[in-house]
Amino acid sequence: MSSIGTGYDLSASTYSPDGRIFQVEYANKAVDNAGTAIGLKVKDGVVLAVEKLVQSKLLVPGSNKRIATVDLHAGVATAGYLADGRHVANRARDEAENYRENYNKRIPTKMLSERLSLYFQAYTLYSSVRPFALSAIVAGWDSHPDPSKAAEGTPQLYCIEPSGVYWGYRGCAVGKGRTLAKTEIEKLKLEELTAEEALIEAARIIHTVHDEAKDKDFELELSWISPASGFKHAAVPKAIAEEAERKAKEIIDAANEMEE
Amino acid sequence: MSKIHGEDSYATPDVSRLKAGEVNLGTSIMAVAFPGGVVIGADSRTTTGSYIANRVTDKLTYLHERIYCCRSGSAADTQAIADVAHSQLGLFAMQHGERPTVNVAGTMLESICYSNKDQLSAGIIVAGWDKENGGTVYNIPLGGGLFQAPWAIGGSGSTYIYGYCDATFREDFTKEETIDFVRNSLALAMSRDGSSGGTIRLAIIEEGGVERIFVPGDKLPQFWEKA
Repeated sequence: MSSIGTGYDLSASTYSPDGRIFQVEYANKAVDNAGTAIGLKVKDGVVLAVEKLVQSKLLVPGSNKRIATVDLHAGVATAGYLADGRHVANRARDEAENYRENYNKRIPTKMLSERLSLYFQAYTLYSSVRPFALSAIVAGWDSHPDPSKAAEGTPQLYCIEPSGVYWGYRGCAVGKGRTLAKTEIEKLKLEELTAEEALIEAARIIHTVHDEAKDKDFELELSWISPASGFKHAAVPKAIAEEAERKAKEIIDAANEMEE
Repeated sequence: MSKIHGEDSYATPDVSRLKAGEVNLGTSIMAVAFPGGVVIGADSRTTTGSYIANRVTDKLTYLHERIYCCRSGSAADTQAIADVAHSQLGLFAMQHGERPTVNVAGTMLESICYSNKDQLSAGIIVAGWDKENGGTVYNIPLGGGLFQAPWAIGGSGSTYIYGYCDATFREDFTKEETIDFVRNSLALAMSRDGSSGGTIRLAIIEEGGVERIFVPGDKLPQFWEKA
């Protein structure tokens, strides 16, 4: 449904005659052109995976992270402009901190997502600012404050779009490979997977949707909230991440063989 | 109370800071947790100097469905503080779709009492029931600190019953034993403290709801000096 909005697309404070705000729609296009990011909410945790496109071989591997930890129990993966992603991650950290100061408890993931969505929406109101070229996938684990009861929590997954609208998901995908990724995610029985299994699936999906012809180099960035991470949001440890990626490539290769 | 710049000054808890004509909840208040909930209680006397402005005061104030506070100190200050907390807790419930915990209420009250400590004269006990922790009691004395304990006493009358409460309280009291403990302690405080008296108001807060009990002045527990 692409169309140009000549004349009505110069500022976020202008509607088109058919009721659209083109600046917000253009922001979505920026997100759609960025490296894929996916989130999977499973039985005992949440997994985030990002197809981090590498522009130059001179870049240090592991730099320019696109997944940020926002509080002990929550993290956010972004797709779109990397600088906007950093800004929004900082804002999310401020919101989480502010909530702790006021209520002496960790911010529920839904409230965090709502605060970010209000923040995104505010930037769609004025002609003096631009909407964020960003979709943010928020993963969290809501549990009793007592650390010994951390396991009795619920996994949470939300996605906020440039317009500010946000939804809760069992699995979601944003960025250039999102259509193919969503098809793959829908095939999974998410409620039955463990976080370890979901890691392999996430790695496999990112490798599957990556377009070797168009974008040569990419790094797979993985983070999770799982029993192994103590139900805290953390980057997946290098050894586990490499193992998951290796297994994922095996599955893809096996599938390719069978097709021949 | 002037603070000379540069001199070693500290905020002295000053009950005499009640302004001329201001009404005082010289008081006995108490809250005790038991398995399944809390029992809170207070006397019913409000004074302006030696005149009893209200002899049937209700010092047990509703903050949320299962959270109450007991007020001591300046009547005006504690009412204003309770109003703010009541509003904030209602908003919390609307935004979160679930009841706030007693800890959240304690944090809100502490925030108000601490940041305005120089202007306020308020000793508040917050108590209630929530699903996360069951019956919970927090004491917020004059300085604005937040202290959780199995039981708490406050107000001018509380000074006379520290010994009795320390000697009598047991962690494994039943609901009925807790009610008796609160009723007896308050009766003793009221009999010694001139600023406390009148009737005893009790409230029992549990998962299922809040039950209020009224003990008229002629039905107060009596001790060695019984007529």
